Amino acid sequence: MKKLIKYISDIGSYFLMLGKVFKSHTKSSVMKELIMKEIDDLIINSLGIVAFISFFVGGVISIQTALNLENPLIPKSLIGFATRQSIILEFAPTFMSIIMAGKVGSFITSSIGSMRVTEQIDALEVMGINSLNYLVFPKIIAMLFYPFIIAIAMFLGIFGGFLAGVYGGFTTAADFTQGLQDTFYPFHLVYAFIKTFFFGMILATVPSWQGYYMKGGALEVGKASTNSFVWTSIIIILTNYIITQLLLS
Amino acid sequence: MIKVDNITKSFGADEVLKGISATFEKGKTNLIIGRSGSGKTVILKCMIGLFTTNSGEIFFEDQAISKMDIGAQRTLREDIGMLFQGGALFDSMNIEDNVMFPLRMFSNDKRPEMLKRVNEVLKRVDLENVNHKFPSEISGGMKKRVSIARAIVNNPKYLFCDEPNSGLDPKTATVIDQLIQDITKENNITTIVVTHDMNSVMEIGEKIVFLKNGTLVWQGSNQEIFKTDNKDVTDFVYSSDLFKKIRNIQIKEH
Repeated sequence: MKKLIKYISDIGSYFLMLGKVFKSHTKSSVMKELIMKEIDDLIINSLGIVAFISFFVGGVISIQTALNLENPLIPKSLIGFATRQSIILEFAPTFMSIIMAGKVGSFITSSIGSMRVTEQIDALEVMGINSLNYLVFPKIIAMLFYPFIIAIAMFLGIFGGFLAGVYGGFTTAADFTQGLQDTFYPFHLVYAFIKTFFFGMILATVPSWQGYYMKGGALEVGKASTNSFVWTSIIIILTNYIITQLLLS
Repeated sequence: MIKVDNITKSFGADEVLKGISATFEKGKTNLIIGRSGSGKTVILKCMIGLFTTNSGEIFFEDQAISKMDIGAQRTLREDIGMLFQGGALFDSMNIEDNVMFPLRMFSNDKRPEMLKRVNEVLKRVDLENVNHKFPSEISGGMKKRVSIARAIVNNPKYLFCDEPNSGLDPKTATVIDQLIQDITKENNITTIVVTHDMNSVMEIGEKIVFLKNGTLVWQGSNQEIFKTDNKDVTDFVYSSDLFKKIRNIQIKEH
């Protein structure tokens, strides 16, 4: 019962935090710099890992699909089709977001948590600065560019699948391309980017909440980062289910 | 001048401040002393607005904080400089940007003007040629000085210091104490220092407030603290071996 009350209180505290983030704005000249820095930290610095993982996972999806096609009546174009659908619908938006919960989420929690432990957040408050606006708002704005990362993940995932499929000798370029074009619903892209937007907001705010309200010392910063990853992942998976149910069923 | 009037503060069932009233005078270094857990830092955090009191009132120049609107509270905070125990410097910024931070947030000056002021205050705290270093690249004493520079860059009317000497060697601690006192006199500001360092009490304790278990049990000056027969105060003062020996020598001489 106590745990349940704590969860409810945490949810309340999360939404109260969101309210405070949009109050008492930091001076615009300072905020511009903060937003640029967050875009660099959260978006640009994530491009490498996103590109690497997407490219190779795309290749693996393509190879695994090819190896499971034992029936000669099933066309080889299915490899391109399966790769496209897997990457656009789930891998790029959802599983890349889980990976980002580990990279970006832990970074956000540990950086804000360290500021809490070393009284840097108190210093902001004493100066009369809305620390939530100063720390979290630029992250939210930076994560509006998150769909850009996912678009790159989609492109590189499919490209990796193409290279692995064609140059691995599992299919031809023509078959793979035909598969990519088969029964393509543009709404699937819309669906993917809608959920990417929500995941971006979750990635910016849940780890911030974990870091901002943590108590204790250095050890607790580590624990908060772990909790941040766990809760961000859970919320992403639940949101994924809800959005899929609403938009695709 | 800052006045606290019968303030109380509890954390759950734990009553940390039990009706404290005191006045902290302008142009003086006011010290709040007491053993660990006596409520020193809590009263400081109540005064700077990081904690809200359960009852009682805090006045800044006869203006009650609770009666101020948000705008007035914000303006008041621009007049407050704070030296945190660990310095609380922003890790992601170099020393120059750390000290410039309050100016960037609250003044409309251009960068060259702000830089001029930053260099002035860094010189005032005897730190030069460190502008482009990061907090992780300087010593504990230097961090405290940078923190003082950041606290005074906006010409505050009130300076709060939480354990300014913790973790410093005795000589550096004396330098920091002296710096705090000099800045208080030069700018005629109200300074409140939370400490349990008896050297600070001797050096800069113009007004001392002694807390025990959340209550104010004694107040006076650094001259009076060694003459008082208040048992709580004498227990605290002479808990240090050095002061015990000095007292024994004085007793023998008499």
